[in-house]
Amino acid sequence: MSALAVVTAHSTIVLPHIRYLAILPEIVMLGGAVLLLGIASLVRRPLRVTVSTVGTIVIAGTSLGLALWQWADISSHGPYTAIDHAVVVDGFSVLITITVACAMILSALVGDGYLRREGVDGCEFHVLAMVSATGAMFMGEANDLIIVFLGLEIMSIALYVLAAMNHRRAASGEAALKYFVLGGFSSAVFIYGVALTYGATGTTNLTQIADFLSHNVIASNGVLLAGLSLLLVGFLFKVAAVPFHMWTPDVYQGAPSPVTGFMAAVAKAGGFAALLRVFVSSFGTLQSDWRPILYAVAVITLLFGAGVALVQRDVKRVLAYSSINHAGFVLLGVEAATAQGVSASLYYLFTYTFMTIGAFAVVTLLGRRGDGHHDIASYRGLAGRQPLLALAFAVLLLAQAGAPFTTGFLAKFQVVDASVNAGSVPLAVIAMVSAAIAAFFYLRIGLIMYTPVAGKGFLPGIEPLDDDEANAGPSGESETDGTGDAAPAELSAGNGQRPVWSGTEGAVVVRTQLNAELLLDTAPGEVQVLDPSEDIVEADAVDDETAAESAAEDTAKVPVPALAALAIGLCVAVTVVFGVIPAPLIDFAHKATLLFIP
Amino acid sequence: MSHHPGFPYLTVLILLPAAGALLAAVLPNASRVVYRLIGIVTSLAVLGFAIAVGFLLQAGNGGYQFTSHHVWAKSLGISWYVGVDGISLFLVLMAAVLFPIVLVSAKSNRDPRAFVGWMLLLEAACMGSFLSLDLILFFLFFELTLVPAYFIIGGWGYAGRAYAAIKFFVYTFFGSAFLLVGILVVAFLHQSQTGVLTFSLPALEHTHFSSTTGILLFLAFTSAFAIKAPLFPFHTWSPDAYAEAPTGGSMILAGVLAKLGTYGIIRFDLNLFPQASRTLAPLLLTLAVIGILYGAVVACAQRDMKRLIAYSSLAQIGFIALGTFAFTTQGLTGGVLLMVNHGLITAALFLLVGWIYERRHTWQVNELRGLQRPAPVLAAIFTVSMLASIGLPGLNGFVSEFLILSGTFLTHRWWAVVATLGVIFAALYLLWAYQQVFHGKPKPADEKTRDLSWAERGIIAPLIILIVVLGIYPKPVLDRITPSVNRLVDRVELVTHTHQPPVARFGTNGAEVQATVRSAP
Repeated sequence: MSALAVVTAHSTIVLPHIRYLAILPEIVMLGGAVLLLGIASLVRRPLRVTVSTVGTIVIAGTSLGLALWQWADISSHGPYTAIDHAVVVDGFSVLITITVACAMILSALVGDGYLRREGVDGCEFHVLAMVSATGAMFMGEANDLIIVFLGLEIMSIALYVLAAMNHRRAASGEAALKYFVLGGFSSAVFIYGVALTYGATGTTNLTQIADFLSHNVIASNGVLLAGLSLLLVGFLFKVAAVPFHMWTPDVYQGAPSPVTGFMAAVAKAGGFAALLRVFVSSFGTLQSDWRPILYAVAVITLLFGAGVALVQRDVKRVLAYSSINHAGFVLLGVEAATAQGVSASLYYLFTYTFMTIGAFAVVTLLGRRGDGHHDIASYRGLAGRQPLLALAFAVLLLAQAGAPFTTGFLAKFQVVDASVNAGSVPLAVIAMVSAAIAAFFYLRIGLIMYTPVAGKGFLPGIEPLDDDEANAGPSGESETDGTGDAAPAELSAGNGQRPVWSGTEGAVVVRTQLNAELLLDTAPGEVQVLDPSEDIVEADAVDDETAAESAAEDTAKVPVPALAALAIGLCVAVTVVFGVIPAPLIDFAHKATLLFIP
Repeated sequence: MSHHPGFPYLTVLILLPAAGALLAAVLPNASRVVYRLIGIVTSLAVLGFAIAVGFLLQAGNGGYQFTSHHVWAKSLGISWYVGVDGISLFLVLMAAVLFPIVLVSAKSNRDPRAFVGWMLLLEAACMGSFLSLDLILFFLFFELTLVPAYFIIGGWGYAGRAYAAIKFFVYTFFGSAFLLVGILVVAFLHQSQTGVLTFSLPALEHTHFSSTTGILLFLAFTSAFAIKAPLFPFHTWSPDAYAEAPTGGSMILAGVLAKLGTYGIIRFDLNLFPQASRTLAPLLLTLAVIGILYGAVVACAQRDMKRLIAYSSLAQIGFIALGTFAFTTQGLTGGVLLMVNHGLITAALFLLVGWIYERRHTWQVNELRGLQRPAPVLAAIFTVSMLASIGLPGLNGFVSEFLILSGTFLTHRWWAVVATLGVIFAALYLLWAYQQVFHGKPKPADEKTRDLSWAERGIIAPLIILIVVLGIYPKPVLDRITPSVNRLVDRVELVTHTHQPPVARFGTNGAEVQATVRSAP
């Protein structure tokens, strides 16, 4: 069968032997998006946010319900392929569909408050997100490289536009362009990989590739390996593995915060779904060729993601690098190339969806109007102002760090377990070491939230010595920052008493000792040195100015819309409940792996 | 072998403080009295349960008692498997004594809600770590201790708290990375040998390791425990953390959390890798002796009382490790006893130093003088705690140090000889510091130093009573520790085909000596 035939079969979708149930969640999602867009273009005024939100939740909810129906269907009748074996409905694909649908619902809840706050009417956010989600679902269901590519493109193109959605921010457009250029390039690489694979095996169907490779020994497999590597590059770009991660920090920072959360969850789910299916099942016989590559990629991804996040002071960038670190962890499961590894990766992707969307939901709220307050300093004292929000954020961050009794720990535990069982003990050790490094920056955010803005009555008999002030002393350049944040806040608090930050011998000793503490509050100068791109620094500077202007606003409470609170609450609940009662979710991932074709 | 009454005492010991922490977290905007009350009542209730467990424990039985076993995550092989024996019992009791004292003494802290919440969570995690018999469950609690400890140091500590908190966290977490992978490898090897996936300690004890694998795994486990304890040369986080933490934090860090490391070595290293433990014992003994001498020498050079106690702790932890790797009943029993004694003594010292700081706003030895005259009770209580730390006969420190040194002398003579120097050093630096602070003519600023109030006397009284009682009559404690230690020593001897000198068994357990004497012809 030629690749062309597969494409034809797919595009002429009304064929007698099509099982609609197989692609019903996608049809609903995409059809719903088109419907919403149609309604929006028919009515005179831009569609109200409420309408889009409700519509999206209904559509994504229906899609989720259909996915659960699929689950029931394959649980009783077994998994199957459909539409000329181009798509496959198995536990794996259903789990990805469920993950993406959940991500869509949560993002719609978060996006609602964001769109109202920013005064954006219309349904673009929702429509584009749903289209993107459809693409990710297809990537999970694809049983043919062409379908993988279609899914990849559907997902990505919508994401490019979503990243640029906030047209008021220059950084946003810049990020989108960067994403688009690099993404387009990686798609080209990917499709070239598809072509080479087709040349080597004579098919693009994943099952047939696996059959071919298990029945034939290719004497000179240069073309096949070249195709395999190009496919790998395409996937690794989507999941933001080092060294194909360059776009991630800029895009995560530049994109509107709810979009970032959505992107982090959905692009990873789709990308890893296809990566797992293509490599673990189709190219399973070539394990000895690709496992070493993934081993190396996983090592640098883990260490780079965790290491670079340490020196960031923009929370969105921290989370961007942390998402790179998470990608490294999922790669552990892929590298294991066992059923246990697949199951662990799926579990990781599912739970990570909730952790990351929840975290970005909090970031969205704290970004305030204009979505610009992402400097780590503006999180100071959050626990005092809004204890519940701070607690939720702390739980989500701790879960990402792998704290016990959260799904985050179980996710890390399972991939590390799979890795150890597959014999990659050094990789497992490196992963855990990177988790130790990563824990540090999650906790740093946590600690800053729980540090009061002005140290009032900190300790009996000691003059309050604020961290900012302690840093500002020797370095000087961070002084603007320290005073800019702390002083007005303190005056507004009516305290009237400036913290003493110069003078006593003890304090000087502390300061010289604490050069290492630039880690806690990096001076902007440090960021410039370490930042790979200059433009973002400018954005930082702009942010800093706005932060200084509205420093008083920083200590005000942020409004928490009910829907966003619901989304955050759901994310925290899933993270904690399934962390304490782990069996249902773990069994779900296991079962999904058992119902795996081929 | 295992004895368990119907009531799940141990599960309650773990869950009760966790529930208290949750209550403090969700209770909105109550007054500070309410939060303090939650903390005090919960921790006292935990103490009550711990004492009940102490009374109900069968003294002559060295195995795990009060066990309760529930599958937690079936497909991952993890269980809620808790149990207590003579080794862990007194650590649990010690922790249960220290937490109420910390919570009562920390009355002037800001944000009592968060403080109580984190402290109770820390207590739950400590109890869980001491009681877990499932390796992953232990790891979970072992890790869980880090989070509240980090927030307590970072939130309520002194000037360098952020640096100290982060250093503490990163060091410990780094060690845990090796621990988790080590645990997984052990379970994996056990599964490949028996086909059963489990993390239960009693089951994994029967896993066979090649000598190289055993040594590597031993090192992976020990790296985590040595950092946590801390053993020389992994101690560099501890002076910072102990000095910058608030008084209550220092008490728990040095008193309880440090013991997680030494407890982990005894419970997991010795049980799982007896052969490797034996092979690497000279290395660990040497590190222990270096730690004893290094800690003592550096303590001599400290002007800051909190750092002085931190370095003296390093020396004491060295003694614990010395007793552990001597592989004699006396040495190990002394090691376990010193864990408890050191917890009580250090907590008392940190509490006293904290009170001096409240009065005089300094920890610098040079800046204080002649406190004895205005504050005689403070001076008297400080004397008792200090003498206990030095190892004066009649106080608890002597019993454990004597057992350790005599137990080590039998099998590793020269290490014991060198380590004895550490005892002399301890007398040197502690007496010197005491002399500086309490003797002489008070400076004008020192003259009006307030003596301990009755409330403060009441707070520290339990510690002083225990220090004295355990020094005069340690038999009930030794009777319970020794059977478990004997079981462990027997196991090591069985695997490694070595034997401790018969005399090492005597002198720790009166009943056993009598039994041996009677059975002799």
